[in-house]
Amino acid sequence: MNIAARNQAQTPLVEMRDISIAFGGVKAVDHVSIDLYPGEVVGLLGHNGAGKSTLIKILAGAYQADHGEILISGEKAEIRNPRDARAYNIETIYQTLALADNLDAASNLFLGREIMSHGLVNDAKMEAETRKIMGRLNPNFRKFNVPVSALSGGQRQSVAIARAVYFNAKILIMDEPTAALGPHETQMVAELIQELKAQGLGIFLIEHDIHNVMKLCDRASVMKNGQLVGTVNVNEVTDDDILGMIIMGKKPAHLAA
Amino acid sequence: MTDTGQAVAAPAQKRSIIDTLELDVRLLGMLVAFAAIAVVFTIWTGGTFVSPRNVFNISVQAVPVAVMACGMVFVIVARHIDLSVGSMLAMCSAVMAMCQAYWLPNMMGLDYGSPIILVVTILVGFVVGTGMGALTGWLVGYQRIPSFIVTLGGLFVWRNVNWYTTNGQSVSLTDPNLLMFGGTEGVLGAPVSMILGVVASVAAVMALYSARKNKLSHGFVVKPLWAEGVMMGLVAGAIMFFVTWLSRYPVPAAKLKRLFEARGDVMPEGYTAMHGLPISVIILIIVAVSMTVIARKSRFGRYIFAAGGNPDAAELSGINTRALTVKIFALMGFLCALAALIAQARLQSHGNDIGMLEELRVIAAAVIGGTALAGGVGTIYGAVLGALIMQSLQSGMAMVGVDTPFQNVVVGLVLVIAVWVDIIYRKRMGLTK
Repeated sequence: MNIAARNQAQTPLVEMRDISIAFGGVKAVDHVSIDLYPGEVVGLLGHNGAGKSTLIKILAGAYQADHGEILISGEKAEIRNPRDARAYNIETIYQTLALADNLDAASNLFLGREIMSHGLVNDAKMEAETRKIMGRLNPNFRKFNVPVSALSGGQRQSVAIARAVYFNAKILIMDEPTAALGPHETQMVAELIQELKAQGLGIFLIEHDIHNVMKLCDRASVMKNGQLVGTVNVNEVTDDDILGMIIMGKKPAHLAA
Repeated sequence: MTDTGQAVAAPAQKRSIIDTLELDVRLLGMLVAFAAIAVVFTIWTGGTFVSPRNVFNISVQAVPVAVMACGMVFVIVARHIDLSVGSMLAMCSAVMAMCQAYWLPNMMGLDYGSPIILVVTILVGFVVGTGMGALTGWLVGYQRIPSFIVTLGGLFVWRNVNWYTTNGQSVSLTDPNLLMFGGTEGVLGAPVSMILGVVASVAAVMALYSARKNKLSHGFVVKPLWAEGVMMGLVAGAIMFFVTWLSRYPVPAAKLKRLFEARGDVMPEGYTAMHGLPISVIILIIVAVSMTVIARKSRFGRYIFAAGGNPDAAELSGINTRALTVKIFALMGFLCALAALIAQARLQSHGNDIGMLEELRVIAAAVIGGTALAGGVGTIYGAVLGALIMQSLQSGMAMVGVDTPFQNVVVGLVLVIAVWVDIIYRKRMGLTK
């Protein structure tokens, strides 16, 4: 399928236009524009410190851009904090997972969005819902009544993913979702990404492994020193082209024209 | 994501009695320690230690620290500390004492003993306490000054603003109504206490039952019915025992006579009355139950624990952690005002040194009760038990004639040993890495 042709026919799910943010004197993100369409996975690549995570945290509401605008489904969006982002159905799986280690899986899954009854938190209902979604994502998950600090890396990851998926996300941000996982678990995440994509979600994927990028992403946006090097259709480039963009900060010759 | 973790949770064929009853091992440990203290001092004092009179006194003396310890649990769970609670207590006490003795009677021309004095004094105290706490919370939450520094400053500031408020003088409580929060001056008597005891027992049993029903409705595993029955029996039994015991502490005949004379009556021959539950203890129970519900069943409580477990995660989950900090410290300030009301009523006056060093007892009570200074972990019942254990130790040692300095040595040692035992326990259970 010609991605470029499809893209032109649709309104992007997300457009980040001309985004800049500086910390002190350092321009962490410098006039970057990226976009994301429904049913698409866009990889964000670059060295450590290239500005990928910062850019994505602006979309997630953790940081506020100094300059630029964000459009969700073609309309200007004001995202001032993580709550605003959630209101736009933007869900984020952070690299650190952002789990409260002292709480159990259900409390983490519903953190900030607890199910209430008679003004009180309904733990039994939340646990029942958690059991349902975990049954789909990770059928072997059994540890519902212990703090998540007692879980393995893979189990913790599945709690973080369940949290993002449960609330009908339209836009999913995944910051190195497979960094702490073994090969089998990585395969499960890959399958989940395919499934969510088929459901029409748009996914931003921050990933270091070029092999995963080639396999999972439709497009790749490469950043270096806070600036966007370029965005390419993954099926039009080779591993080496992308590596070149990351290391040299230049678009491959056959696309540069 | 294939890790099932079943190796850890190998299904034990025969569950121990503690597992079956789903008892909290920590709670059990504290209860055993508490019982050990009671047994030792009972034998040592030849039974006086557990006399209704002494149980009454220990309960009443422990209330101010226990009330503040409930708030301190939230503060510490959220990874903060409040060193200013003793000074805030003094400040609230000063304002309330001045209010009832001078400001309201002189400026508003209210009569001695008017109920308006009671209500306004308490309200003013609550507003001042909550205000001081909210200010602390704003400096910590929004201005990012470490709570240790803000509250260390608060310790000095409030202690000495308190001094200026009363010009360094002690103020006696002239309003008779205010004295009812102190203990012996405000008791419910045996019949009302017994009725309350029955009501509380029924409520506790119903709460356990409805929790069970809620779990069953979602198809979760519950403990066997007999175990549930044993738990209900234990809880109701403990409540009834405590109430019955306090209802056996007689009011001295001379005092009864005075009460009758004040009403213009003559005391009938052979008339007796029992103390029963003091109002201050009822206030503590209401505080402890409400704070437990807040901790476990409200969004506010959930967010406090989340912020203590991982502040970044709480923030990224859309929790306004700055406003949360203000609320936590404001609640702490409110509880200081409540403790001030009780403490000054018990002493029947406001003195400059009221609440002196109380911050350390409050923190100690919370920590003995299992609140971790690293944040994220703590229980209200633990803090109340911690305060009771400390007060029992001091009372017992005083009764057997241990010198005051040595009493403090023991309390200090108990604090360190309690935390030490907890660390060893957690290591053994594999709860800490």
